[in-house]
Amino acid sequence: MTTHPHPDEVTAQRLAGIVRGPTGGRDPDPVTGDGTLIDTPGVRSPLVLNDRSFKEITDIICGYVESKPPRWWYFAAAATGGLAAMMGAFILYLVITGIGTWGLNNQVDWAWDITNFVFWIGIGHAGTLISAILCLLKQKWRTAVNRSAEAMTIFAVICAATFPGIHVGRQWMAWFLAPVPNANAIWPNFRSPLLWDVFAISTYGTVSLLFWYMGMIPDLASLRDRADRRLRLAVGGGGPVLLPFVPIRIDQIRAKVYGFLSMGWRFSGRHWHRYEAAYLVLAGISTPLVLSVHSIVSMDFATSILPGWHTTIFPPYFVAGAIFGGFAMVLLLLIPARELYPNMKDLITLRHLENMAKIILVTGMMVGFAYSMEFFIAWYGGNEFELYAFKNRAFGPYGWAYWTMISCNVLSPQVFWNRAMRTSPLVIFTVSVLVTIGMWFERFVIIVTSLHRAFLPGEWHMFHPTPVDICIFVGSLGLFTHLFLLFMRFLPMFAMAELKAVLPIASPHHGHTHHHAEAHNGAAVHANGGH
Amino acid sequence: MSTSSGRVYVTEAGEPIHGILAEFGSPADLYHAAEKVRDAGYSRWDTHTPFPIHGLEDAMGMPRTKLPVLVAVVALTGAGLGFLMQYWMSGVDYPLVVQGKPYDSWQAFIPITFELGILSAAFTALIGMLALNGLPRHHHPLFKKDRFLSGSDDKFFVCIEAGDGKFDPDRTRALLEHAGATSIELVEE
Repeated sequence: MTTHPHPDEVTAQRLAGIVRGPTGGRDPDPVTGDGTLIDTPGVRSPLVLNDRSFKEITDIICGYVESKPPRWWYFAAAATGGLAAMMGAFILYLVITGIGTWGLNNQVDWAWDITNFVFWIGIGHAGTLISAILCLLKQKWRTAVNRSAEAMTIFAVICAATFPGIHVGRQWMAWFLAPVPNANAIWPNFRSPLLWDVFAISTYGTVSLLFWYMGMIPDLASLRDRADRRLRLAVGGGGPVLLPFVPIRIDQIRAKVYGFLSMGWRFSGRHWHRYEAAYLVLAGISTPLVLSVHSIVSMDFATSILPGWHTTIFPPYFVAGAIFGGFAMVLLLLIPARELYPNMKDLITLRHLENMAKIILVTGMMVGFAYSMEFFIAWYGGNEFELYAFKNRAFGPYGWAYWTMISCNVLSPQVFWNRAMRTSPLVIFTVSVLVTIGMWFERFVIIVTSLHRAFLPGEWHMFHPTPVDICIFVGSLGLFTHLFLLFMRFLPMFAMAELKAVLPIASPHHGHTHHHAEAHNGAAVHANGGH
Repeated sequence: MSTSSGRVYVTEAGEPIHGILAEFGSPADLYHAAEKVRDAGYSRWDTHTPFPIHGLEDAMGMPRTKLPVLVAVVALTGAGLGFLMQYWMSGVDYPLVVQGKPYDSWQAFIPITFELGILSAAFTALIGMLALNGLPRHHHPLFKKDRFLSGSDDKFFVCIEAGDGKFDPDRTRALLEHAGATSIELVEE
């Protein structure tokens, strides 16, 4: 038997930069570089760099799962896991003691809990926008980021769902949210936006999970086949074992687990046809869904009569803000990942980052427009309570929070008008940090500044967070990052099948000039086929 | 296995044959081979490609899937049931005046109706896709082939089943060879 090195080792060496990936024997063009930032109309910049073949794409992406994780992964997973455990401990303390351990008072009865809820649920929206709306718009560059953005969506929804769950006070009564009658045979109030919210969030979480899972089926099947193949051909002596002296090979576990999850997918053309139809249907229904979710979240506020909340601009304003904050979070996760995993730069190019920076610029100006429109209506509407609420928002005791929001959300993305800025990963990362901070403050400003000075001056109060508030929020950041690290380690981080399908070599008409007539017939069939 | 014409094909070792597996070098080669197999009139055959190839369903002569219709029907049913649920709970079973609205204030029921319609559609899209594809199916003759296991990577296959009425070991092999297959092998049942 020939002694090939185990594929895990090859991939690990390549990832560590010991072995360079092949460049296809070509040097970068002296003018356009690798072509990433090409700006000629009608010329598409490459979606995958370095002329990667199908096999290399599989090797790189499966390598993230199959090779031993780098040292930073263990440190990061331990640190974020610790924060997540801290969140769990403080939630336990909160449930045992009561929500008086938060800084809430009679006047400010929603504060960090709901701020965190809206913050996290908003972050999820970028994932659905990438997977659904960009799919319908045939934006091929989405294939580089959609899998990780969808994963991020699900983890963000998990963090978001925690907060209303623990904020209900008597958490063991949370089943009141379900459509079942209570002890007095009374049903939940279907006319309340809070109940709409329960349905919207749980639908959103479920649909995102189904979409994510369905997209992963072929890639999980690839992982299954690779593990099966190594076992069958006894590559590298059968591969590593789970633990010393335990005769279970890791590939055996992979073949079983990925095999179970991939549903026996065998890459059949007939299956792909229905798969693509299902994918398009899911993209089609997720598009109105994602718009409805944050609209309904905004109605939690907009249908009340509190000045500062009672505005019709809320649904579109919240949706734009959610996409804005979500893209910032996608970039916060992917820019470090791209630096830490060397070959990832071939898959997530500067062009991808630039495109997302442009979306941040656009949605940032949308929220800026919404901020100014709120003030205009407060003045134009002629309601003195409304006008007071907004004057207080900008110049009252929480004015610092308001101006933090404005500078992070409206001013900081303006650097992206400059191309050098929006193609620099460091600048994009910095702006993304600022935007994330700004979007958290946006929700804080909306919730707390509107509540803390309502109609009667006698009930005015300030809100001061307690260590329990702070630790649960910081813990949720840890939980989110920890889940994402687990995802990077155990699941395919890129949609391999989709990524391959957008390569030029994947076209059935690639490199076959002598088949020109047939190719044209094929194209005519497509048009008639109603694609 | 017996075919529709009653014939049974076996290997030299006596194993029943599932079909013939042919490998092609590129998506373009596979696309043209699929057109040839379609035009030769085969019905029980399939392609296996690591990613969906644009327009391959036409090259294979596949009818459009009914999945979207199924999703639409279930989605509308789910939304309708969701609406009736709210109407019955808040207007019939325990009528309660909330916010001074009438019992049948249907406008307030629309958001949840919409969400439940979407939820039903999503489940139907995934489960319907799997069911129409005959999945989950963890055991298939093709999985026994070592060559097939790199299929998810960069290989493009056509597999014509022995159960096809037009199947003939020699003529089917010749068709696939003529279509440009780089390797051809028998798949045991």
